[in-house]
Amino acid sequence: MNDFWIMLVGALVASSCSVLGCFLIVRKMTLIGDAISHSVLPGIVLAFLITGTRDSVPMLIGAAALGLLTVFLIQLFQSSGVQSDAAIGIVFTSLFATGIVLVSLYTQQIDFDLEHVLYGEIAYTPWNTMTIGGIEAGPKAVWIVGACFILNLFLLFLFFKQFKLVSFDPALAAAMGIPVLLFHYLLMSLISLTTVASFDSVGSILVVGMLIIPAATAYLLSDRLSGMIVVSIVVGVLSSVTGYYSATIMDASISGCMVGSAAILFGLTFLFSPNHGLVSRFLKRRKSKVMQS
Amino acid sequence: MNILDIISDPNTRWILLGTMFLGLSSGVIGSFAYLRKQSLLGDTLAHAALPGICVAFILTGVKSTSFFLIGAALAGLVAVFLISVLTRYSKIKQDAALGIVLSSFFGFGIVMLTQIQQSEYGNQSGLDTFLFGQTASMVMSDVYMMMTVSFVLIFTCTLFFKEFKLLSFDPGFAKGMGLPVGILDYFIMMLIVAAVVIGIQAVGVVLMASLLITPAVSARYWTERLHVMVILSGIFGMLSGVSGTLISTSVNDLPTGPLIVLSATVWFFFSMLFAPKRGVLSSVWRRVSLKKNYSLEQDKRKGRHTS
Repeated sequence: MNDFWIMLVGALVASSCSVLGCFLIVRKMTLIGDAISHSVLPGIVLAFLITGTRDSVPMLIGAAALGLLTVFLIQLFQSSGVQSDAAIGIVFTSLFATGIVLVSLYTQQIDFDLEHVLYGEIAYTPWNTMTIGGIEAGPKAVWIVGACFILNLFLLFLFFKQFKLVSFDPALAAAMGIPVLLFHYLLMSLISLTTVASFDSVGSILVVGMLIIPAATAYLLSDRLSGMIVVSIVVGVLSSVTGYYSATIMDASISGCMVGSAAILFGLTFLFSPNHGLVSRFLKRRKSKVMQS
Repeated sequence: MNILDIISDPNTRWILLGTMFLGLSSGVIGSFAYLRKQSLLGDTLAHAALPGICVAFILTGVKSTSFFLIGAALAGLVAVFLISVLTRYSKIKQDAALGIVLSSFFGFGIVMLTQIQQSEYGNQSGLDTFLFGQTASMVMSDVYMMMTVSFVLIFTCTLFFKEFKLLSFDPGFAKGMGLPVGILDYFIMMLIVAAVVIGIQAVGVVLMASLLITPAVSARYWTERLHVMVILSGIFGMLSGVSGTLISTSVNDLPTGPLIVLSATVWFFFSMLFAPKRGVLSSVWRRVSLKKNYSLEQDKRKGRHTS
């Protein structure tokens, strides 16, 4: 049963990240996802220090606030003349450094260590259960990450057209009266929420992997945004299941193995994708050469 | 411990010297990376160093810095190669390629790191200091290595200053002049790899990118000339390295990397606010005085009309 819970948490983390990752990929903003997933750390630590509990609600609020602050700061520096990638780099490194310093200063009060920050403790999630009305209701992480996944899906379905238009043609979207900035910040806050919900299980850095790699795999497999989202969820779930089994075989970090198997799936897709793969394009080129001659 | 105690300790003095040179050289090479819009390449290369270090440890079984650095450098070269393959042979863009390489290398690195920790290798405990950097784990030979590599980096940047300048501002023109742009491109990336590699022991793989980015951006606020910017960026890097190390040795058990990064951030904010032309305060001042002049002139004009 524990196996099942761990895989379920992994799959939920992977699919909620990869749904958002698709939009990041098509908007060419993957590194903002990277930045947010680093910089929510001080928000989590501060929420923890202020409330003194490891309750999820303050942590979610703290992380969401920091996520929005990150996006705001990046845009502020960008508009003051700093190149966008450098702005991202400055903001997330300094916020993450603040978080690390806070964690190491208050190690006594905070029961997560630096390793937990980086790669989470998904192996312990089955024991941290939640009880609703006296009934054992499964691991807490499943509920949190599951709620996050459903929220992501719900909002993205509800505003699918708007998100799509904003991603591909922001100028047209603005001309049609869609509040572009609002949807930008909505997407960013969803990413912050997802990051913090996944934080306990996969840690801050491996959220990045789940945000980017499955979505990039889907990007090579599908030419439609809706298809891409479905494929990315499948890839995410697949990599968390294979990652879990390879982790138990190798006796290594589970979340690391999940990202590792996502990377392997991406590598295979890069080589063998039917339309955009390296091998298939090579074969196609040779075929057309043969036909010409 | 107060600062005098720290400075009088010969061991700390050496470490300070090491981080000073580290800051200097990464600031210098970082300014070229910044102008070439490759700031986050350093981030990817630093993260990618982790599996290199782990492989070096698994293969040799000893905790020797020189083997780690070789492993990290090789991993960095593989990462550079993969990024260029991904962007060239598929529709994946630069930013996504950086993200993919970063997170997959780091994922594999974490897998290897946890495996090493779980297996019966004897003294593996020092390996995770590479995540956030710990200058306390540095020995004399590490400092020598850092200083040598920094010297080589700074010397190379001075030697190829003209070429790098041309490449940063107008690669098309550089190509037209017959410069081997492709080779120089890889050459700069190799230099970034070298800076990252000597930095990971002091700053750690997670935050090393900051030392390449932040001093360069801070320096950019103060000047419009490249050589001034490069020197200033080196100085900012140096100051951040020194102050971060000092704070880290005086407060117990704080990882050095984040403190160096935070000192660099302090310099960044200082530059952003107080830089003479591009700074926030001076531009506010300009706007206010412009408004004042304008309203004065308006008043004058009004006065003329009424009289």
